Amino acid sequence: MATATTFKDFRNNVKPNWCPGCGDFSVQAAIQRAAANVGLSPEKLAVISGIGCSGRISGYINSYGLHGIHGRALPIAQGVKMANKDLTVIASGGDGDGFAIGMGHTIHAMRRNIDVTYIVMDNQIYGLTKGQTSPRSAAGFKTKSTPLGSIEQTLSPMQLAVTTGATFVAQSFSTDLKDLTAIIEAGIQHKGFSLINVFSPCVTYNKVNTYDWFKENLTKLATIEGYDSSDRQAAMNTLMQHDDLVTGIIYQDTERPSYQQLVEGYSETPLSEADLDLGAEAFDQLVKEFM
Amino acid sequence: MAEQLSWKVGGQQGEGIESTGEIFSMALNRLGYYLYGYRHFSSRIKGGHTNNKIRVSTKKVSAVADDLDILVAFDQETIDVNYQELHANGIIIADTKFKPVKPEDTDAAFYAVPFTEMATELGTSLMKNMVAVGASCAIINLDVSVFLGVVEEIFGRKGETVVQKNMEAIQHGYDYMKEQLDTDTSALQLPPADGQKRMFMIGNDAIALGALTAGVRLMAAYPITPASEIMEYLIKKLPKVDGTVIQTEDEIAAATMAIGANYAGIRSFTASAGPGLSLMMEAIGLSGMTETPLVVIDTQRGGPSTGLPTKQEQSDLMAMIYGTHGEIPKVVIAPGTAEEGFYDTIEAFNIAEEYQLPVILLSDLQLSLGKHTVEPLDYSKVNIRRGKLVTEGIEPREDKSYFKRYEVTEDGVSPRSIPGVSGGIHHVTGVEHDETGKPSESPANRKAQMDKRMRKLDELTKVFPNPIYTNAQHDEADLLLIGFNSTGGAIEEAMVRLEADGMKVNHARVRLVHPFPTEEILPLIESAKQVAVVENNATGQLASIIKMNAGYPQKIKSILKYDGNPFLPHHIVESSKELM
Repeated sequence: MATATTFKDFRNNVKPNWCPGCGDFSVQAAIQRAAANVGLSPEKLAVISGIGCSGRISGYINSYGLHGIHGRALPIAQGVKMANKDLTVIASGGDGDGFAIGMGHTIHAMRRNIDVTYIVMDNQIYGLTKGQTSPRSAAGFKTKSTPLGSIEQTLSPMQLAVTTGATFVAQSFSTDLKDLTAIIEAGIQHKGFSLINVFSPCVTYNKVNTYDWFKENLTKLATIEGYDSSDRQAAMNTLMQHDDLVTGIIYQDTERPSYQQLVEGYSETPLSEADLDLGAEAFDQLVKEFM
Repeated sequence: MAEQLSWKVGGQQGEGIESTGEIFSMALNRLGYYLYGYRHFSSRIKGGHTNNKIRVSTKKVSAVADDLDILVAFDQETIDVNYQELHANGIIIADTKFKPVKPEDTDAAFYAVPFTEMATELGTSLMKNMVAVGASCAIINLDVSVFLGVVEEIFGRKGETVVQKNMEAIQHGYDYMKEQLDTDTSALQLPPADGQKRMFMIGNDAIALGALTAGVRLMAAYPITPASEIMEYLIKKLPKVDGTVIQTEDEIAAATMAIGANYAGIRSFTASAGPGLSLMMEAIGLSGMTETPLVVIDTQRGGPSTGLPTKQEQSDLMAMIYGTHGEIPKVVIAPGTAEEGFYDTIEAFNIAEEYQLPVILLSDLQLSLGKHTVEPLDYSKVNIRRGKLVTEGIEPREDKSYFKRYEVTEDGVSPRSIPGVSGGIHHVTGVEHDETGKPSESPANRKAQMDKRMRKLDELTKVFPNPIYTNAQHDEADLLLIGFNSTGGAIEEAMVRLEADGMKVNHARVRLVHPFPTEEILPLIESAKQVAVVENNATGQLASIIKMNAGYPQKIKSILKYDGNPFLPHHIVESSKELM
């Protein structure tokens, strides 16, 4: 019988290489707290991350972790979950990872609805490559790659998620540790894919979307009277009204089964525990079908 | 009596050409004949010339035949494109519907048969292929009753009447042809076969069955010619072992999902062709760097870019050996037959887990899609080896230090714990890392880890079963023919003819292309006067690999074919003579 864990069990002895003041520190802390709060033991958690500053997070949590290739955290995470349904799988990375190079996977992970919690650390900029524009950068945003200001439309991952069929769509702000932790817990407990976009300011390269900027502009859904996260239409309306700058659980569909619940013949026990030997009798039967 | 028979049916794609060939060959398979089929088709669904060439023999055949005995034509293009393959005793039977014209410069006999008209009289023109099958049987004197079981299997679901109508169509075709035949067809009649039941399958079936037998539980794949049959077979079979196939959004997702599943302790893989493999290269590097087992099947087709998507080629070799940036240990296996495809796929999964690296199983279109008679597969030869997988019994460490997943060991292989295993927590990253998986840029660590990873290939040429298939009867050969994948059958037939002309010929087929089995092939090269590497590409990729590893740049010549069609034995005979 495993003893109850605390967030300290999810701390390891690696010092993150993020800049002092980076929003990602709080995201790391929130994941550690949420994991303990839902009663996980470290070996039952797998954190799969992409490439970029935030992609390093899988190395900063005492759990199984895989730091993959740019934009591919989601397919790797889905493979992990398919192999062992008893694991809690968290995928994580930045806005470039999830909404630029990995966008195809993000959309299809939402459609597919495998039970993975995807936490995006959204700083509206490319940090590790030293400050280029991101799909999340505002139009007109000046960076090294857009010296005259970005002329492309800003992507709205939350509106996209609601229309794509995601069953859990949430947004948070890295300094709201309590709210963020609660949302990650809800995401872990949600049966299906959960997308959690976290505003996680880059203190080095993004001088526009700062902590103060977010504090001024964000609205907590909890303060909107009568907000119903099961109402998809209301979710879209609210996002559009607030220019996406809301925090909380925006939309959740608790009815739709997860992918693994729908797969015909899919194992009740973790596939990773299966005996691989097919057996001579089953083999003979397969062979006969070709005669 | 004929030793073997070569039969071809052709017409417009989408009008049942494939099923005509399928029904004809299924019946012959059940009689115990050996078959070797090759489909010529285009990258479209309806229209365009397609044909299905089937070779039938009482002995094992492993190549497309040079010539043709019977040509069944559903359009004039079939005649015009294919009649020159017919030898003098050959026969063309053509549907009267398109008012077929016999080419002037052929000695082959020519019969117009009302395939469509007779089928329509029986109820539907769709049965014209059955009439053609019946007519073919009349020529080779095959009792049509053998088709009953096949027809029942295919049309049984549609009811007794449909089965009966189809059998009637075969009978009508047979009777009509018997009545018309005024040429001596005794040379086209096969001796009776042994009645032995044998498997009749495409290479992709054998690979898919191999994967299932190896214990695969998840296949992640994106559809592509000529690989899709592998996922289509497994989507039917994996649910029976609690697993599944996921059709991913692209090949990058397919490869990385398979990596995730392998990391978490199951056997998972993907299959694709050139364009998909190009997309997977970064993922293959991740597998190599993180030492996560991964099996990828590459069914080669005509490249580059979209190339010739439905045609035979062997031009991915270099890309598969050297593809992905940087340097990783990787194994590339090239089975030459469906049997090898089955056993080698199982071995690919074993090697991927034992050595913790990516294994690419190379096939080609001729092997993957050609339907062949396969000798019984021996389940007792199947064994599953998972290497240094650790699932329990790790001593707990109080200081939260990581498990040494990348421990530097003598053989380069480290213990591998999987998520869920207590005490096995470690980090995995494509960044250079230390023994516990933590990122490290230390020069000493870099060298230690790089050496450890590359060391895994040291013994592979010794442990891989038959890295070179050899048919070498001569201590000193005039000519050594070398090939890989599906060209082996044509090479073996060419050898027989060259030997009959007094030449001493040895054959070496490379089954393990990377790491290259230099020691195994070197004595054969040294003892041959001439060496010719036979391959379906324009630049002689295998020849380059051999020269690079074994030397002898002056002695090693190339016989190349890159027009989209497979080698026929006579191509190799003629090219070999030119080289000598």
